[in-house]
Amino acid sequence: MSEVRRLLPRPDIQSSATSVERLTERGFDHALSRISTMTSEDIIEEVSASGIKGRGGAAFPTGLKWSSVYKALGSEKYVVMNADESELGTFKDRVLLEQDPLGPLVGLLIAAHCVGARKAFCYIRGEYGEVEQNLADALEMLRMTGWVGPHSVEVEIRRGAGAYIAGEETALFNSIEGKRPEPRVKPPFPTQKGLWGSPTLIQNVETLANIAILFAHDVKWFKEYGTQDTAGTKLVALSGHIRRPGVYEVPFGTALTDILQKADLGGSITSGRSLGAVLLGGAAGTFLGPKEVENASLDYPSLNKAGASIGSGAMMVFDDTVDLSWVLTRMARFFAEESCGQCVPCRIGTRRILEIAESGNLRTRSQDLRELGQAMRDASICGLGQTAPVALLSVLDRPELMHD
Amino acid sequence: MATSVTLKVDGDSVTLPQGTTLREACEKADHPVPTLCWHENLTPANACRACVVEVKGSRTLVASCSRVAEDGMEVWTNTERVQNARKVVAELLLSTSDATLAPDLKDLAQASGASAERFRGGATWEQPVRVDNELYVRDLSKCILCYRCVEACGADWQNTFAIQVSGRGFDAHIDAGFGRELAESDCVFCGNCVAVCPTGALIGKTEWDLRNQGAWDEERISTTTTICSYCGVGCELKLHVLDNKIVKVTSPMDNPVSHGMLCVKGRYGYEFVQSEETLVPNS
Repeated sequence: MSEVRRLLPRPDIQSSATSVERLTERGFDHALSRISTMTSEDIIEEVSASGIKGRGGAAFPTGLKWSSVYKALGSEKYVVMNADESELGTFKDRVLLEQDPLGPLVGLLIAAHCVGARKAFCYIRGEYGEVEQNLADALEMLRMTGWVGPHSVEVEIRRGAGAYIAGEETALFNSIEGKRPEPRVKPPFPTQKGLWGSPTLIQNVETLANIAILFAHDVKWFKEYGTQDTAGTKLVALSGHIRRPGVYEVPFGTALTDILQKADLGGSITSGRSLGAVLLGGAAGTFLGPKEVENASLDYPSLNKAGASIGSGAMMVFDDTVDLSWVLTRMARFFAEESCGQCVPCRIGTRRILEIAESGNLRTRSQDLRELGQAMRDASICGLGQTAPVALLSVLDRPELMHD
Repeated sequence: MATSVTLKVDGDSVTLPQGTTLREACEKADHPVPTLCWHENLTPANACRACVVEVKGSRTLVASCSRVAEDGMEVWTNTERVQNARKVVAELLLSTSDATLAPDLKDLAQASGASAERFRGGATWEQPVRVDNELYVRDLSKCILCYRCVEACGADWQNTFAIQVSGRGFDAHIDAGFGRELAESDCVFCGNCVAVCPTGALIGKTEWDLRNQGAWDEERISTTTTICSYCGVGCELKLHVLDNKIVKVTSPMDNPVSHGMLCVKGRYGYEFVQSEETLVPNS
């Protein structure tokens, strides 16, 4: 299977990314007028029928989430686009917002219309300055055309201030509210109590782009690509020892080997070396060895067999010369620096993992690390602490990947 | 809407009013869970994670202090995963902070079979003691970042908001803003943070001095209950007396007037009682 262009516009597209012409050319104006005559129930039914799952990493069924916010009691409701893309090796939302910011924005407007929100936020990573400008330009155009504004939905851009943790949905709410971005305890889930205690629908950029293309077409069109289990396409971010690093759109079910090897995708490992390992899903993801990569495809059931998940869609490629304990040390430093410090397992656990990695004792202290990692997965408040040891544990489970 | 919920704790059925937390449910079912950051009069911070339990159907363990009990839940307080989490939490805290005056942490360590040494040898929170006023001392080497002081100073009790968590990750710490001394901060010296500190990281200056002199002896301290004489609110005071001198003032947490809170006068304005100086009447 090769590259597809649906979420990303065709390379030969003529219109400017933030223009009215682009809105028409991509079918987004059609999507907006189509949903304006639909009831919320009908919209939710179509989203559910498409089978779209959250693309931020958790893969929660989108229709179910929308239904939950729609049904939640509350006079105020909010929708939020999570563009605080900070996962290691993940840069798909950036490319999407650079090339086609109207997709995610139209998805956001459809979401707001569906759940009954009058106010929407785009929370964008602070370092994405140019992307933010693109988003602001697109928003301005939508305001001129009347899709955004006091009589429809107000959209506000909020900029993050450099904390990975602020991408966690409840920490993100605290950040928008002007508080320290510490995750909140769940339940209550954002669908019931999110921004300022009101029901809130928060979605990743890519999920919203999927919504826009779904309503620009229909369920049948949407399901032309993908697998029985997961319809549609996925953006993958390829980096590391790969000939053609970048963001590619591929159908769910594409063999991982194809993504790495095909001439119009990864184009094979650099310098003619062979594959050592792939880190799938970012720093919070899983290392897969060459054999596992050979047998797996980009779909949840297939990866589940290897104990992995698609996560954000990041694929970091390491050739067979790379010492993974060095990589694990760098990742441990990342988590130790990005932990907010709120709960004990993550605050101290991430630091101890870093210390053990730096002293070269990953192998000798594997039992301690397993118990520490299990406690972090089980008892941390949020996804950061819960997933911080996952990549490390995946290597401990695959000792053949460590060279030392 | 039902007004009560029935759930199972370690197989034992227990019925409770709606809105009860799992921690309370476990206590009622006679399967109590250990806690560090939880305090009876404060909003659960669910930061220490010592009170985690296993709930059927939940991917991760659940902090029982803040999770509300639901009808039909099945809760397990002593599974292998729970035991491992408690033990690791105790070990991580012992590897970082000085637990000399932290009875709850010591109990948790003992009960979970934690090894104080396992994760030691790396960075700790050891730092100089901050003695910058006459009323209380900050010995943050003992801090476990339970958030109790932040909540007592903030919306839960005092609404002064003089202290907050600053920094992130391992460097997160309680701060009065820009590392300032307390006298320069917004602190009003009510000492309510001291009253809820579970580790002695915040401690009265008198107690601190006496402990340093080796003169603080719990056995010899007697307590006397009285009513604060300063204003008309009528807070109950518990005077802690050593050698016929007041060395500390607290208020019972279950007192319906104070709920354990006092102001700077009630908590620290006791010196006049034991002053040797007599008032000289105008002639």
